[in-house]
Amino acid sequence: MKLIAALALLLVSTFCAAAPETLMTHSRVRFMAANCAYCHGPDGKSRGSIPSLAGMDKDYFVSRMKAFRDGTRPNTIMSTHASGYTNAEFAALGAWFATHK
Amino acid sequence: MAIDRRDFLKATAALGTLGALTGCASLSTARKAGPKVVIVGAGFGGATCARYLKAWDPNIDITLIEANRDFISCPFSNTVLAGMNNLESLTFSYDHLRNIVDSFVQDRVTAIDSVKRRVRTASGLHFDYDRLVLAGGVEFLFDKVPGYTEAAQRTIKHAWKASVEQTGVLRQQLAAIPDGGVFVMSIPRMPFRCPPAPYERACLVANYFKNTKPRAKVIVLDSNPDIVVMKQLFLTAWKKHYGFETANSMIDYRPDNDIHQLDAKKMVVHTNFDDISGDVINIIPPMRAAALTELAGARASDNGHWCPIDYRTFESTIVPNVHVLGDSALSVFPKSGSVANNTGKMCAAALVELLNNRWPDNAPVVTNTCYAASTDHTAFNVAAVFRYDPVAKNMVAELGGSGISKQESELEFSYMESWAKNVWADSLGLPEGYRYTTKF
Repeated sequence: MKLIAALALLLVSTFCAAAPETLMTHSRVRFMAANCAYCHGPDGKSRGSIPSLAGMDKDYFVSRMKAFRDGTRPNTIMSTHASGYTNAEFAALGAWFATHK
Repeated sequence: MAIDRRDFLKATAALGTLGALTGCASLSTARKAGPKVVIVGAGFGGATCARYLKAWDPNIDITLIEANRDFISCPFSNTVLAGMNNLESLTFSYDHLRNIVDSFVQDRVTAIDSVKRRVRTASGLHFDYDRLVLAGGVEFLFDKVPGYTEAAQRTIKHAWKASVEQTGVLRQQLAAIPDGGVFVMSIPRMPFRCPPAPYERACLVANYFKNTKPRAKVIVLDSNPDIVVMKQLFLTAWKKHYGFETANSMIDYRPDNDIHQLDAKKMVVHTNFDDISGDVINIIPPMRAAALTELAGARASDNGHWCPIDYRTFESTIVPNVHVLGDSALSVFPKSGSVANNTGKMCAAALVELLNNRWPDNAPVVTNTCYAASTDHTAFNVAAVFRYDPVAKNMVAELGGSGISKQESELEFSYMESWAKNVWADSLGLPEGYRYTTKF
């Protein structure tokens, strides 16, 4: 009985364990997208000269981020930020902003 | 009590929901009041945390306690010193935030019982919490600067927390300085709030002198061995705009200069090298985590007086259920408004998971961006993307995802303005269409 309980606990804790680094969970992407707000505005709607991200086409977002990272589109600040993310994260963020208008 | 048709429909709809809920045996939990989070401090960290916590889980009951009546932005306050903006344009009402949280209390916290999980305030109120968030910024260590007494503080300002008594008075002092006068400013050793800001202050005050009293000078006494961030960008700007390293330099930069004694009456600063007289003296004292964190026992004395935290949740590693945000935290992050804003969200994201009995994200990614003005129309940036390393239990700046501007530009000055408008809106919940009065 004790063994079963221990096994069950192990299963539960394994199941509930934090998402691995590569998993794009809803809460992870939501926080990642919220990171952009201090420059791009709350919910990706900018109040200033920096472009809004809300409603941006996903493919356009991803291609822009890759261009910033690869240096084919020169822009100091976004080159820095884009270099910190993976392709999977570009795709997840692109999907997020495309659906949050 | 008469019941009309609309009320009847509402009542039956509610009954339907109840029926569905009883099916999963969670009726009692669903009907219970939400978990209680008390947030102390409504600066960039605390305000942002409150706003996102409510947006991501409206069931959480949030009490936000703030000692000041209004929010006055430290970012952009160097533009006030330079006469580009007035302090009113950097002052924001808490009304929008007041409408978001369950309870907004203008009061000062006087005691924290982390066992009973209870916070007491100066006006005799008390608040119980499931989770406590401390976002009190920094406390100044005036006694580390000999002579920076209470009497001296009446005339010698730090202007490192924006207020009428600090930023406002220092602006008046600078406006009254004669042509040919000397402005002496002192920078404490790292870590301190907003690392680029002292060097930006030197730029903007020199810019003001250049336009209005071109023979006046800025003497920068830096306790650090060198400019702590964006060194080449600042040096280039000082040379280009303020004659740095020429006979007519408007900025005299002196590294490794600790203040041994301040004489506020004679307006002299004694360093390990010299006795320097100033018409206006501005001393930024060394600092540590807000006194508030000491009330909770979250401030460690053996690591420079900051609060060690778990990066995934910002929970204190010393006191359970107490989270420490922004400048008070011991971390690899620069103590910036951007970091306070984003770590406020990071803490909110973790609290939503914890209070719903789920695990917080084990590998969050978080960013910082700092803009600094080199003149009244040019700026540059330093930025980084940090990723949590669960093995090292540390935040690591991503390779390549950490850098600075190649040169100053007018474009970056406009981005800096945009950053300010967006970070104010994001932290304080300013509605779309909010009219800023800042002049950029």
